[in-house]
Amino acid sequence: MTAISLKNVSIAYDRIAVVHNASFDVALGESFALVGESGSGKSTILRAICGLATEWNGEISVMGRARGHGPDRALAPICQMVFQDPYASLHPRKTVDAVLGEALAIHGLGDQDNRINAALDEVGLDRRYRFRFPHQMSGGQRQRVAIARALILRPKVMLLDEPTSALDVSVQAEILNLLVRLRADHGLSYLMVTHNLPVVGFLCDRMAVMQHGRIVEIAPAKVLKTGAFAHDYSRQLYAASMGDTQESEDRNE
Amino acid sequence: MSAPLLEVDGLRVTFPTPQGPVDVVKDLSFTLSRERLGIVGESGSGKSMTGRALLRLTPRPGIATARKMVFEGVDLMAQTPRQMRGMRGARMSMIMQDPKFSLNPVMRIGRQLTEALRAHTRIGKRAAMARVIEMLEDVRIHDAARVARMYPHQLSGGMGQRVMIAMMLILRPSLLIADEPTSALDVSVQAQVLDLIDALVRDNGMGLILISHDLQLVARYCDRILVMNGGEVVESCAARDLHKASHPYTRGLLAAVPKMDDDRTELPVLDRSTWGGT
Amino acid sequence: MSVFTWLNSDAPGSRMQANLANSWRVARSLLGNPLALAGGIIILALVLTAAFAPYIALQSPIGQDLQARLLPPSAAHWMGTDELGRDIFARVVYGARITLMIVALVAVISAPLGLVIGVVSGYFGGWIDRILMGITDIFLSMPKLILALAFVAALGPGIENAIIAIAITTWPAYARVARAETLTYRNSEFIAATRLLGGSHPRIIFRHLLPLCTSSMIIRVTLDMAGIILTAAGLGFLGLGAQPPMAEWGAMIARGRAFILDQWWVATMPGFAIIIVSLGFCFLGDGLRDALDPKKGGKA
Repeated sequence: MTAISLKNVSIAYDRIAVVHNASFDVALGESFALVGESGSGKSTILRAICGLATEWNGEISVMGRARGHGPDRALAPICQMVFQDPYASLHPRKTVDAVLGEALAIHGLGDQDNRINAALDEVGLDRRYRFRFPHQMSGGQRQRVAIARALILRPKVMLLDEPTSALDVSVQAEILNLLVRLRADHGLSYLMVTHNLPVVGFLCDRMAVMQHGRIVEIAPAKVLKTGAFAHDYSRQLYAASMGDTQESEDRNE
Repeated sequence: MSAPLLEVDGLRVTFPTPQGPVDVVKDLSFTLSRERLGIVGESGSGKSMTGRALLRLTPRPGIATARKMVFEGVDLMAQTPRQMRGMRGARMSMIMQDPKFSLNPVMRIGRQLTEALRAHTRIGKRAAMARVIEMLEDVRIHDAARVARMYPHQLSGGMGQRVMIAMMLILRPSLLIADEPTSALDVSVQAQVLDLIDALVRDNGMGLILISHDLQLVARYCDRILVMNGGEVVESCAARDLHKASHPYTRGLLAAVPKMDDDRTELPVLDRSTWGGT
Repeated sequence: MSVFTWLNSDAPGSRMQANLANSWRVARSLLGNPLALAGGIIILALVLTAAFAPYIALQSPIGQDLQARLLPPSAAHWMGTDELGRDIFARVVYGARITLMIVALVAVISAPLGLVIGVVSGYFGGWIDRILMGITDIFLSMPKLILALAFVAALGPGIENAIIAIAITTWPAYARVARAETLTYRNSEFIAATRLLGGSHPRIIFRHLLPLCTSSMIIRVTLDMAGIILTAAGLGFLGLGAQPPMAEWGAMIARGRAFILDQWWVATMPGFAIIIVSLGFCFLGDGLRDALDPKKGGKA
């Protein structure tokens, strides 16, 4: 069984095709990345898997179950998503407690008190944040709440949409560490969308490079150490990102 | 070295809150000659407020004060708002994060640029347009005449940012402040835009203040770096000596960035208690 | 630990404390705004006047005394008397009850109706949106007072029918506002997140979108209160609202119109009452707009 499997999936928005014939498998317990520039269709794939983009054809299955179009209540306890912008992904008028309690209420899970406290502990958020509103927290704390919300139903698969790109580097490090730890603790499979290759190197096992709605290459994350990509576009992307992480000497002389 | 382009001494930006006034920039001092200075910090470090205070654009209800803020022999603190408007754009200008919010959506690119030009100099319409086309070509826009007829929403992010740069540099200011000029752009476009800014600044002998959260990026494009945290400069060093940075905050920031060839299973996290930061 | 530090705590210990702290923040920002405070005091005075009318007005609002007709304001009759010798002060005081009832009932009927229609329309979009907004636009395109007049004419004059007529004419504006606001939220990530958790449409509409639109609705309703009072007064003025001898401000002005040049106080006193109460609602609505924004003053 695979965690996520896509076969010849094409996705459209308002009848305009944005993803063409995407196929890949994410193994159980694997961490897989979709990389590419904005407009390459990587986020669209996540939205189709979780049911927010409904105009697609092909086959998508999650944990061995073919999924239909549109949000699926039965899928919620299996597959959850963490969004990019921690400022937009929390309801501005709901406390952390209400956000986490809602997931439990929808699925009729009791013992809210303990479950919420446990979820807060897991994401490293002090319990005194439980009754705070989003505007009383920092970006990193909000993202922890978003992760706790995704985690509280004990899913097996997590979809991560640029989970750290809106955060400061020091906070990004904390969230990345958290994601690594949670994956190990809960045996999670990750499918992450990002434009940040070093983050892929840190968190992921394999990656698919996307350009103009097509997957041009699927490579193990190890390739990031050498840059030995097969496709030209991947090499370009790698070179552009390398500039960012290289030491500064070469340009300053 | 000639007289400094900009001298700042004791810059302080204060915001009133229900709990009393809070300094977001505390007693900041530096001098800038015709060089490239990077200001790095995380959100809330006061780096953007510093950039805005230099242009006397501190948003209300904030108040910026300084013992001394002299730009090309002009005391900025003593300028009237009207005089400041004359300075901005003409002698010092600023590139903002997202071009979409800085360009007027219902005005063609060419018109916006000529207006900027004509607001500050006496120049005929036709001459202004010619100058605009030339400037657009300078920012490596190939079909400048066509772009000049477009509206901002028709431009891609990278193109929009180039137009912004053209608009900011068309009056040949001697100081350019770039506040996160590329964080809304894709990596490959980022490098192009920064290379462009870099080339223009060098060619025109301008001063550059590059404000960013990205240490590596600033190190690559600047000569000198100020690292800010909690409104204060915690470290000031030459860009090439960044890896020798001594302050725990700077070291922490450097270590927290994942590397392309990372073998670490855990990233070091800043221990904020060690230097009493926020 | 005093009550205030408990309310201002940035780490509330329970749901109740968090909600109380939020209300406290709203209240504090309202109290800090002089105009909003003035508005609040006026509305409070209106409510108290309506509640304790018999104790405030010592004379009967309907007792006629033809010996004392059209007397100017004096110590015995603070606002003078009308053409049937009734004490105008007593009538204005009792009129507060009717005004308050109109305002409250219209708000209770039309605001939730408009809110639900607007949110449903904005959330689902498509043909549901087209049908609901079509109906809304038909109502919006007709002048309010004329529409209310038509309804009252059809239903028969009387205060209850006037209230129903006004409520029917006010909801479309709320539906429009609620729809516009829903459109800005419906594609936001926190709504998407709730759908991914398996939240049903009713849950998203009633638990997530409605609360977000409510604060702007409250503001809108308080700002509209002045208009509602004036529409009610207009209907009363035309003889289609409250029926004599009921003391309703609009009807009182209508009666006073005949004497406006010689006995100015007959029409002016209820006119003042309308103006002051309308202003009160406007001030309060303005203040609420600032206070209910959670981002304002929340970052402590």
